[in-house]
Amino acid sequence: MGSSSRENAVGREVPTEINGRLVTPYMGVGACRPQGRKAAAPIRACIDYPDSGDKVVADLKTALKNAGIRDGMTISTHHHFRDGDKVANPLFEAAAQLGVKDLRWFPSAAFPCHAPIIEHLESGVVHHIEGSMNGPLGDYCSRGRMRGMSVLRSHGGRWRAIQDGDVRIDIAVIAAPTADPFGNANALTGPSACGLLGFALADSIYADHVIVVTDNLIPFPCIPWQIQGNNVDQVVVMGSIGDPAKIVSGTTELTRSPDRLMIAEMTAQFIRDAGIMKDGFSFQAGAGGTALAFAVFLKEMMKQAGVRARFIRGGSTKYLVEMLEEGLTDYILDGQTFDLDGVRSMRENPRHQDTSPFTSYNFHGKGNFASMVDAAILGATEVDVNFNANVVTHSDGRLLHGIGGWQNCLFGKCVILPIPAVRDRIPVVVDRVTTVCGPGELIDVVITERGIAINPRRTDLLDAVKGSSLPFRPIDQIKREVDELCGGAPAPPRLGDKIVAAVEWVDGTIIDCVRQVLPADSDRR
Amino acid sequence: MTTATSAQPRSAEAGRRGGDVRSDCWVKVTPTDSAGIELTLHSRVEAMYGDSIHALVRNELEALGVANAKVAIEDAGALPFVIKARVEAAVRRLGIDVGAGCLPEPGPGMDREAERDRFRRSRLYLPGNEPKFMLNAGLHGPDGVILDLEDSVAPSEKDAARVLVRNALRCVDFRGAERMVRINQGQRGLEDLELVASHNVHVVLIPKVESPAQVRQADEKIRTLLAEAKIERPVYLMPIVESALGALRAYEIATASPNIVALAIGLEDYTADIGTARTNEGRESFWARSQVVNAARAAGVQPIDSVFSDVSDMEALRESVLEAKSLGFDGKGCIHPRQIPVIHEAFAPTAAELEKAQRIVGAFEEAQRQGLGVVSLGSKMIDPPVVKRAQRVLRMAGR
Repeated sequence: MGSSSRENAVGREVPTEINGRLVTPYMGVGACRPQGRKAAAPIRACIDYPDSGDKVVADLKTALKNAGIRDGMTISTHHHFRDGDKVANPLFEAAAQLGVKDLRWFPSAAFPCHAPIIEHLESGVVHHIEGSMNGPLGDYCSRGRMRGMSVLRSHGGRWRAIQDGDVRIDIAVIAAPTADPFGNANALTGPSACGLLGFALADSIYADHVIVVTDNLIPFPCIPWQIQGNNVDQVVVMGSIGDPAKIVSGTTELTRSPDRLMIAEMTAQFIRDAGIMKDGFSFQAGAGGTALAFAVFLKEMMKQAGVRARFIRGGSTKYLVEMLEEGLTDYILDGQTFDLDGVRSMRENPRHQDTSPFTSYNFHGKGNFASMVDAAILGATEVDVNFNANVVTHSDGRLLHGIGGWQNCLFGKCVILPIPAVRDRIPVVVDRVTTVCGPGELIDVVITERGIAINPRRTDLLDAVKGSSLPFRPIDQIKREVDELCGGAPAPPRLGDKIVAAVEWVDGTIIDCVRQVLPADSDRR
Repeated sequence: MTTATSAQPRSAEAGRRGGDVRSDCWVKVTPTDSAGIELTLHSRVEAMYGDSIHALVRNELEALGVANAKVAIEDAGALPFVIKARVEAAVRRLGIDVGAGCLPEPGPGMDREAERDRFRRSRLYLPGNEPKFMLNAGLHGPDGVILDLEDSVAPSEKDAARVLVRNALRCVDFRGAERMVRINQGQRGLEDLELVASHNVHVVLIPKVESPAQVRQADEKIRTLLAEAKIERPVYLMPIVESALGALRAYEIATASPNIVALAIGLEDYTADIGTARTNEGRESFWARSQVVNAARAAGVQPIDSVFSDVSDMEALRESVLEAKSLGFDGKGCIHPRQIPVIHEAFAPTAAELEKAQRIVGAFEEAQRQGLGVVSLGSKMIDPPVVKRAQRVLRMAGR
């Protein structure tokens, strides 16, 4: 464990070395410029690949052996299947059977269904995980049980890390709902259809060795090729690569909570009152309950005003698809589909465009879509009186989930966080966030059931909403009300010195870190 | 003081626990002979408020006179006033005499005065044993909130609900909403009043009223309690008619006390009482509803319509409110905050009503300016009640 650390530009103490690699503490927004050239995959020759174009091998274990899997390698997977993934677990099971150790798992995200990986962490097959962790894996990491330090990156940050050569993927395993024997693949059809494979795109381009795993092999050609077979080494056919019920469904439910509905409605009203909603505008909203409700409210207002958006960025769901089909937007630019309507629309509608973290979010590129979006609607676990926000830990310090596209979306023209100010005695508006994931200067509006706070830096927004009847309040007033309600400000989490995860900013610098959560000590009292 | 007799239980529980419980807690108190208070706490907010909860519970037990006990708490983010209520309810269930109990420090809601004449368009029912609905109720802007001790509380929990409602009255800021409590029938209702009446209740809802005597009994109890507590603020009454006999005696009930501000009808029980099912069309309750409107107006109080229970159909709610308004009702019950804006909008005056009201008030103001004793619009004379109503219409439209 690197023992040296420094205070960074947002006042957090961060390590200068992670898993043996030197890193730079966060320097501020736009303060750190990259140098050098992009990383690249090794040059290969057709001589070493079947002329027939048939790269199918017997099973995962054979594929890993052929790939030359060795101790200490980096293995990557994508999370388009969310909690319905059925590939990562057998993958590490196969690695374990091959007697390999100290692997670095580099998923675009991990989910509760990946709890069996804990066994491989304990046995030494897996050294550490660099990627967001949900549920049991998150708790495991929070308790300090992982041998190496985890690194949490945004979608754009993960692309950047691969592209810049910070992370070299030895073997990428890409679960593909449809594929041909050459390795062309897409996610539009097949029993595990999930819409697109954007999170695996960088892996397919930059990894040393690429294995496509499918449960729906079709004769060449598999068109469209969201993953190009020319980047693929081997193809494996499995009985089932994902659970459709968990890939597409369950997440796209409008919230029924009256508080969240009120917050969602105020968010749509804010967008209207601030003049952001107008012909040709654009917005991004996630697939959480509040964001979906927001989209429904906004749609009604757009219809009443006769306004049409130029594009909407998703997480697509049936609500966004309806807006596209009803002519309320010209395009959906989609990073991830959450339900069957989203998948169908992507398959059938040329105006429903799949995107990748390269186009949408990569900070080390020639621009990206995130900064072009007029309004980004995002969540948070905490926001403090300086508008810094947290998405990766609970207020007790436990790892919650990953960053996703959240940090990348902070570059949108108006960043809005519709969140409850307090929920079940857990303050969301606090004095100082447990983990800084995004700096306050990029967060513009916080919309809560107890009032709406506009970042004082945004004098333009303050002007724009002068005639509005929405309940605007200073954020520290909201915070004080929350503290009073809860019977006092919350005690800080009980954390150890050991850093269990580092949080990267979009440019690769370290903006904060997550420390080990100490067990509750009931003898103290 | 703890007096353990063989008739008292060895331990007592209060509150709720389980995966779907939020903003509440479960408390089990087992008195012991010595060794002080031994507290085991499992809380979802352990890291943030664990110490605070320990201190709170110890202080609460001390105030209630419990010096030695094993206490187990499973907490799902209950606010301090809820924890206190659950601890007190458990101690009461032990049979310990706690007197008036342990009153939490008064919050901002304790300052708001009751008003006799105000909007009562929407009144939001809050089950008295469920803290989570109480916390943000005021934020949704209902004209009134009803902390319900009657039908939404299971019989076995009515004692605990009383304590929770008392604490909520003291601690929760319901903002501009009228603070109402629906007590139980009969003797139980009088016991409810003993615990809640002196904590700035604006209106007491009396259920299933069939005689003016029932109203007067509650009224007298309230006066006695207020006098004992040296409170001079008024507490108003809203009897609810829910039966055939109640509907027949509506006018007597509406005039039973000068503290009555409104008369309500409860349709679920009424339709059951007359032996039919409740329909959306409502023909079966038309007479009773008209009775209530008529009786209320004759008595000079507001007629209030029943609850609309389908929370998913906002269009049907709107129609129901328009129908109630056309019958003469001033308000409607609701069970979900999202119904509130729909109800308020539907009760709002139409453009035509607004324009007429503006002309009437304009004529009134003109007459005042000229020092005339009579208000006239064109060739018509406008009576004072008409002016008052027009002024109310303007207020309702926010003018």
